[in-house]
Amino acid sequence: MVSEPHVETLALREQFDTAAQQKDASSLGMWIFLVTEVMFFGGMFLAYTVYRNMYPAVFGAASRSLNATLGAINTAVLLCSSFTMVLAVRAGQLGRRKVVIIFLVLTLILGMVFLGVKAFEWNEKFQEHHVPGPAFHLEGTPQQGEAQLFFSLYFAMTGLHALHMVIGAGLLALLIYQTYKGRFSAAYYTPIDMIGLYWHFVDIVWIYLFPLLYLIDRHGVKP
Amino acid sequence: MITAAVEEQQNYLNAGYGLKSWLLTKDHKRIALLYLATITFFFFIGGVFATLIRIELLSPHGNLVSSDTYNKLFTMHGVVMIFFFLIPSIPATLGNFFLPMMIGARDLAFPKLNLLSWYLLVIGGLFAIFAMVAGGVDTGWTFYTPYSTTYSNTWVVATALGIFIAGFSSILTGLNFIVTVHRMRAPGMTWFRMPLFVWAHYATAIIQVLGTPVLAVTIVLVAAERLLHLGIFDPARGGDPVLFQHLFWFYSHPAVYIMILPAMGVLSELVSVFSRKRIFGYSVVAFSSVAIAVLGFLVWGHHLFVSGMSLYAGMVFSFLSYFVAIPSAIKVFNWTATLYKGSISYATPMLYAFGFIGLFTIGGLTGLFVACLGIDVHVTDTYFVVAHFHYIMVGGAIMAYLGGLHYWWPKMTGRMYPEGWAKLSALVIFVGFNLTFFPQFILGYLGMPRRYHVYPDEFQVLHVLSTAGASVLAVGYMLPIVYFAWSLRYGKLAGSNPWKATGLEWTTASPPPPHNFDQIPVVTHEAYDYSAVIDEEVPVG
Repeated sequence: MVSEPHVETLALREQFDTAAQQKDASSLGMWIFLVTEVMFFGGMFLAYTVYRNMYPAVFGAASRSLNATLGAINTAVLLCSSFTMVLAVRAGQLGRRKVVIIFLVLTLILGMVFLGVKAFEWNEKFQEHHVPGPAFHLEGTPQQGEAQLFFSLYFAMTGLHALHMVIGAGLLALLIYQTYKGRFSAAYYTPIDMIGLYWHFVDIVWIYLFPLLYLIDRHGVKP
Repeated sequence: MITAAVEEQQNYLNAGYGLKSWLLTKDHKRIALLYLATITFFFFIGGVFATLIRIELLSPHGNLVSSDTYNKLFTMHGVVMIFFFLIPSIPATLGNFFLPMMIGARDLAFPKLNLLSWYLLVIGGLFAIFAMVAGGVDTGWTFYTPYSTTYSNTWVVATALGIFIAGFSSILTGLNFIVTVHRMRAPGMTWFRMPLFVWAHYATAIIQVLGTPVLAVTIVLVAAERLLHLGIFDPARGGDPVLFQHLFWFYSHPAVYIMILPAMGVLSELVSVFSRKRIFGYSVVAFSSVAIAVLGFLVWGHHLFVSGMSLYAGMVFSFLSYFVAIPSAIKVFNWTATLYKGSISYATPMLYAFGFIGLFTIGGLTGLFVACLGIDVHVTDTYFVVAHFHYIMVGGAIMAYLGGLHYWWPKMTGRMYPEGWAKLSALVIFVGFNLTFFPQFILGYLGMPRRYHVYPDEFQVLHVLSTAGASVLAVGYMLPIVYFAWSLRYGKLAGSNPWKATGLEWTTASPPPPHNFDQIPVVTHEAYDYSAVIDEEVPVG
């Protein structure tokens, strides 16, 4: 992208020669960071795959105890938030400050809705004694240990995903503040773009988590 | 006066004074020195544990420390040396300092991230030190489950948290290097004009970025199992402790290459400059670094030959482990071929390089022993394995680290180290190292298990030899500390290019100015073009 030199120097850091080089570097750095995130979640997806292969029946039964409706609602909420995030990035590209703020706020609200629903679901799990530990009990299967494995993975995976959402929400709040202060323009909106990438990544993780955790045995034998 | 002229010139050391100018610096050279101080500190902590281990093993009856304490000693020796010294050693110091200079950049792509990664290492280190002071940890540096998750009554979580945080330091360094190599090269610095040091660090960075997150999540799961009673590796709930081993070694085997690949990069520089020759088979050496990074991810299973893995998987991992030896061997052969008809000089860095080539070859070849299924069953968890990886990590990585430190010391500080003392220390370290670890090959082959401090009387002679060697080694490591410090004040002024080397880092002043180059260089030659300086002797002494 070619823009006027005096605009470039506004946010050009001293180690770079051009704004294009700086933007390329940020973008490559963000993608590499997302690769590390894939590897991070990958460890848990591997554990899930191994245990689901070892104990398919128990995993099916445990999966049916999750509230698929709430999971589906949350999936929709998160997809919408990705959409509003894209619109925010586009508005940033066009340098329309107010529109950026509106869409970032919408994204943040949708993120909060997701976390709220998630908290409600977790609370339900606590009340139903589905949290691994001495009080654990899952109806309909004699293999209580293996059922705890499923819920260990459920809480570890959705917990770390939620942690990423919380961090994302913090970053969005920061972006909203910076946009409000006029830090960004059509010539420099890299942070909006980068945090957009992060937000989409967190979204995609959920896109995998939802079917793997909630939908594996919906049409199996009912207990 | 020359001295006055040098002092007047602005460089990265006199660009600012005071604690704040160091702790908030964004200059990759200053951050490299912060790392240097930090990892030297951890090296000596790890060294203290090693010393206690070796003293204990002087007698076969275990009469210095209790078994519990001994478990903590070897655990903390491993944790400190691997995660807080070897992993950051060459990349975070020499790599941080010279990677941007070698490709003609003013700094790394993300200077603030670079500083953050140093802070992360320090914070992680503080957690680890807290765990040590509070009572230690005794799981072995490998944290095998279910001992680490259920039975150990020591500071597992604090140590694991320290490693987790330090892991992010490593990830950010790798990320910074990859982006820097892709986006910050000077005009004309094509991929195949880059020094092999840069190629090696690029390959290392790939491993750091792909491997470390897996260790991070594994540690999170162990901590969650200890604290929250999630049961992902708990056999009582159908969990599989061997899954932990797979996840752990998926990082921790490639981690060996995080330690040795940068060392190989240093070696390529040293061998080329001190034999006044272009490195033999440049592109093959460059690609072998990448090949090691890729193949290194496919061999982790050789740590699990006796852990209940299928024979078929064992055979595949055994084959792949042989396979990864090929690019390593290519490097050794190419360095040797570079020496052929070279104009070799025996400055201290070259002595370390020779030490590396010999010791790494022994370490590598014994690696083939343990990659072989049948022999591995015999030597698993014996001193043979201990000797093998110390030949790679101490005989290889630390030798290259010290060689590189001597080679670039004049550039980093503007002063020469005392050549006579340096040569003596190289010799002492080489002798001390072999005396420490060669007997351990024999011990292991005879059946001495690792991690035991009570052993049959017949092994005592070899253990005493090993401890004697460790004492010599300790003296060898103390010497550079003393004369490097001495040289800061009394060393001869180095000038910009004391070795008559070709790299871009030698075209700028010593110590370099804050932004490395007064003018960004335009590169017209490949690295290692010694045709112009071939007849000039390297000044020694």
